[in-house]
Amino acid sequence: MIDRAEVLHVARLARLELSEGEVDRMASELSAVLDHIETISELELDGVAPTSHVVEVGSALRADEPRPSLPREEALASAPAVAADGFEVPSPGA
Amino acid sequence: MSWEPVIGLEIHVQLKTQTKMFCSCELSFGDPPNTHTCPVCLGLPGSLPVANEAAIRFGLKIGLGLGCELAPRSIFHRKNYFYPDLPKGYQISQYDEPLCRGGRLGDVRIHRVHLEDDAAKLVHVGASGRIHGADSSVVDFNRGGTPLVEIVTEPDIRSAERAREWLILLRETMRQLEVSDVNMEEGSLRCDANVSVRRAGESELGTKTELKNMNSFRFVERGIKAEVARQVALLEAGQPVVQETLHFDPQSGSLTSLRSKEEAHDYRYFPEPDLVPVAVTPEMVEAVRAELPELPAERAARYETELALSADSARALAFRPELGRYFEAVLERADGAPAQTVANWVAGELATRLGDADPAQSKVAPDALARLVAMVGEKAVTAGAARQVLDRLVADGGDPAAIVEAEGLGAVGGGDELAGAVRAAIEANPDAAEKVRGGKAQAIGPIIGHVMRETRGAADAGEVTRLVREQLGV
Amino acid sequence: MSDLLALSAAQLAERIRARELSREEVWDTYRERAAADDLNAFLWVAADAPDTGDGPLGGVPFAAKDLFCVRGVPSQAGSRILEGYRPPYTATAVEKIVAAGAPLLGKTNQDEFAMGSSNENSGYGPVLNPWDRTRVPGGSSGGSAAAVAAGQVPWAIGTDTGGSVRQPAALSGIVGLKPTYGAVSRYGMIAFASSLDQAGPLTRDVTDAALLFSVMTGRDPCDATSLEHPEAIRLPSAQDLQGVRLGVPDDVESAAGIEPGVLEAFRATVARAQELGAEVDTCSLPHARHGIAAYYVIAPAEASSNLARYDGVRYGLRVDGDDGLLAMYTRTRHEGFGAEVRRRIMLGTYALSSGYYEAYYGRAQRVRTKIADDFRAAFERFDFVVTPTSPGVAFPLGAKTDDPLAMYLNDFFTVPMPLAGIPAISIPNGLSEGLPTGFQIAGPAFSENRILDAAYALEQAIGFDTAAVHA
Ligand SMILES: [Mg+2]
Ligand SMILES: [Zn+2]
Repeated sequence: MIDRAEVLHVARLARLELSEGEVDRMASELSAVLDHIETISELELDGVAPTSHVVEVGSALRADEPRPSLPREEALASAPAVAADGFEVPSPGA
Repeated sequence: MSWEPVIGLEIHVQLKTQTKMFCSCELSFGDPPNTHTCPVCLGLPGSLPVANEAAIRFGLKIGLGLGCELAPRSIFHRKNYFYPDLPKGYQISQYDEPLCRGGRLGDVRIHRVHLEDDAAKLVHVGASGRIHGADSSVVDFNRGGTPLVEIVTEPDIRSAERAREWLILLRETMRQLEVSDVNMEEGSLRCDANVSVRRAGESELGTKTELKNMNSFRFVERGIKAEVARQVALLEAGQPVVQETLHFDPQSGSLTSLRSKEEAHDYRYFPEPDLVPVAVTPEMVEAVRAELPELPAERAARYETELALSADSARALAFRPELGRYFEAVLERADGAPAQTVANWVAGELATRLGDADPAQSKVAPDALARLVAMVGEKAVTAGAARQVLDRLVADGGDPAAIVEAEGLGAVGGGDELAGAVRAAIEANPDAAEKVRGGKAQAIGPIIGHVMRETRGAADAGEVTRLVREQLGV
Repeated sequence: MSDLLALSAAQLAERIRARELSREEVWDTYRERAAADDLNAFLWVAADAPDTGDGPLGGVPFAAKDLFCVRGVPSQAGSRILEGYRPPYTATAVEKIVAAGAPLLGKTNQDEFAMGSSNENSGYGPVLNPWDRTRVPGGSSGGSAAAVAAGQVPWAIGTDTGGSVRQPAALSGIVGLKPTYGAVSRYGMIAFASSLDQAGPLTRDVTDAALLFSVMTGRDPCDATSLEHPEAIRLPSAQDLQGVRLGVPDDVESAAGIEPGVLEAFRATVARAQELGAEVDTCSLPHARHGIAAYYVIAPAEASSNLARYDGVRYGLRVDGDDGLLAMYTRTRHEGFGAEVRRRIMLGTYALSSGYYEAYYGRAQRVRTKIADDFRAAFERFDFVVTPTSPGVAFPLGAKTDDPLAMYLNDFFTVPMPLAGIPAISIPNGLSEGLPTGFQIAGPAFSENRILDAAYALEQAIGFDTAAVHA
């Protein structure tokens, strides 16, 4: 179960805006899915290691050798707003 | 009852690898904005990080240099939060399985050392008129993705001054490990401090605050001092210290809370699925160990214990490895001269004349300085004259004995020559001689002054005094 | 012309090599069909044939799911938040296929960020199933599946996170292979869930799947999780299943929502397998039924993080708010993401948030370990585990859009394999109620050659006519 307050908290963490109606719908939809997910809480999992990487690969490191970077025009080509050769954003403090 | 500050430091060190932590963009300082980016460090859809082998190696070097335990297997996590300088919406950092744990530098224990990537640079540009006249900022991703090592100490530091001193030791250690430029002003060394206070003698820790943005050694000291004073004032007024993050403004010396901005401190760490665990092999560790120089803390300890140098001299020589190396070269050739004397000549006289330059690159050969020191010891030349000789050596190089000869700087020895000069001086100052004979010891001055004038300062003042007294029979 | 459409990709390549067909003729025929697409399968079709030179794929054009980045070509992952986005680089998988001689014909529609089992979650509208245009083609690689099934392109690539290659292949009557995790580079694939995502071919037959897959594999220095496949991928040739041991999970018959026609087709093929010499027995995968629960924690958790980069700063949609940065973030992400994507971001953020991590993400990862252990144990007794690919045939558009959980349960048979990182194929398995069903064969990591051989032998025995719906 997840309630309205939790939905709003999670939406804020995820930087998602939700309308009033969406908050309630999200709460009920997520609750239904979470109910199903909670079936795994019945499993005996003590001492079972978690799997975060399903295939063992060695360190797979990269040599410290420079390769060409993107030309600036290409780096900025898709930016919604550009100023002073950079990506413009509303000030975080504002 | 007095208060005891308890201080732990968190230091971010930018590594001077050639390329970024997770992509092949070249590291740059001061290049035009956004000229060192690629799909990976811009966080473009579909791009993937691949860890830089040199960054891992540098991390191990730091771990070994700080006496840490190196993890045979460590993993990267994602630290999730939104900020415009963070292109992927998460920082790739190490969390519960860091590269190194434990360790010690000087008298401060190291808690852990881990790797992560740096954020980009966010520059405030003021009102642009574009967003309803609101202020705007501009992101430059050149710095984004620079490899960082984060060093976290145990709360072992007990004063702001010690924090500063220890940080200088850490900087010298990083410099000598050749892993970073460690320049606080340029941001390649950044320090946050966790500060709490408690009644002297108590063992429980007080509530701590985190101090950010102290971008010079001086500010570290001032910031911590200010925070300790603030906490003590609060506690003495019976008010609690609130756990929070504070921003130190060096201009005004004031501390402001960043609490509102970081209200949701939920980073949702989870193992980074795009990277595989870092497996450190014994061969990697041995290769790094072989590159390890003697570090300042070790070198200073060795100078103090084995050579009986003063703590100041030991640090002066140890913090500049080139001075230390040169000192050892001179000492080896100085044929029994006291180590402290050699240290004074190298760390004092020579270092003053050379400034930041490496003495090994100067015109003063270690042999030459060793001979000069020996000549002073044998009283073949006075200390004052030796300084003049050193000036000549710094300017032109050469052999000190030859310079003494050519300049006539030789000490007028204990032999007949000096005895003659003393005799002449007594004859020239009969009144003074009479007074000295009569028991007025301080009346000797004019006689000695006469000798020094006649010998142009090349006589040893002690020897002259002895001869005057001998001839006057006192 | 219809003659040309009847040929598989491998046959086309052979004819082109033998100069019985020209590259231009093949390109023009398919280019015309893709451009006339009325299934909404394509989001972008190339104007001209790129020069791809000679190679094992012999000039036979292919289509790539929208989420594969292609330099200068719209690559939007089916999302409005990336509308019109043209990346400055190309995905490794696409580069390898092009280098092997196949020109890129177009980009195909998909569920937004690969989240869906019906292709109804695309920001660019649903894809229609060529077998019945009132029904879904499956998802999330629905555009690739429908385009291949409808003869709009000879073959295509998609990605499979919880079944997104195999399930649409089954519902559209074609072959779909999900390789071993790491066998194909993920570089340039717009991520859904990084520890599960894997690219694979969608083709008319098993031979085409083997041929296309053979050029996609390999360790990529740009993807730390990629590996060199221990075997070169061969074209399959097995005529029987002598000595092959097949395990049928004991809960297939009781699976939630399993349709009688699907079950009947499955049983018939198991019987065919026995006729071909296979030994069949039931096997137990006690944790596989918890796959959906584990998957719907792990995939949304990773997705919530992978999708944090869509913030209106460097690319894609930006919706400015009137009160600064936070409003810009939240509005951009509200308007740019569809309902299902927002739902999964919420689910994943919740599962990772402080206080819930162990109960959800931590447990799900342990269930993942158990599922992998179950398969490992099963593969000591069996060469393969076989199941229906999907419990049902293609369902009507809109039938499950209001019930996310019912939609998720579609993935019952396909979710355990990516959780375990193992390969699986879906092959057409005849019709139920006039619609295609799929037969799934899963094997141990890097057993693709053997899976392809078994699939090939069964394919010959089943004799499904993939080209039946070509208009
Ligand atoms: Mg850090
Ligand atoms: Zn880069």
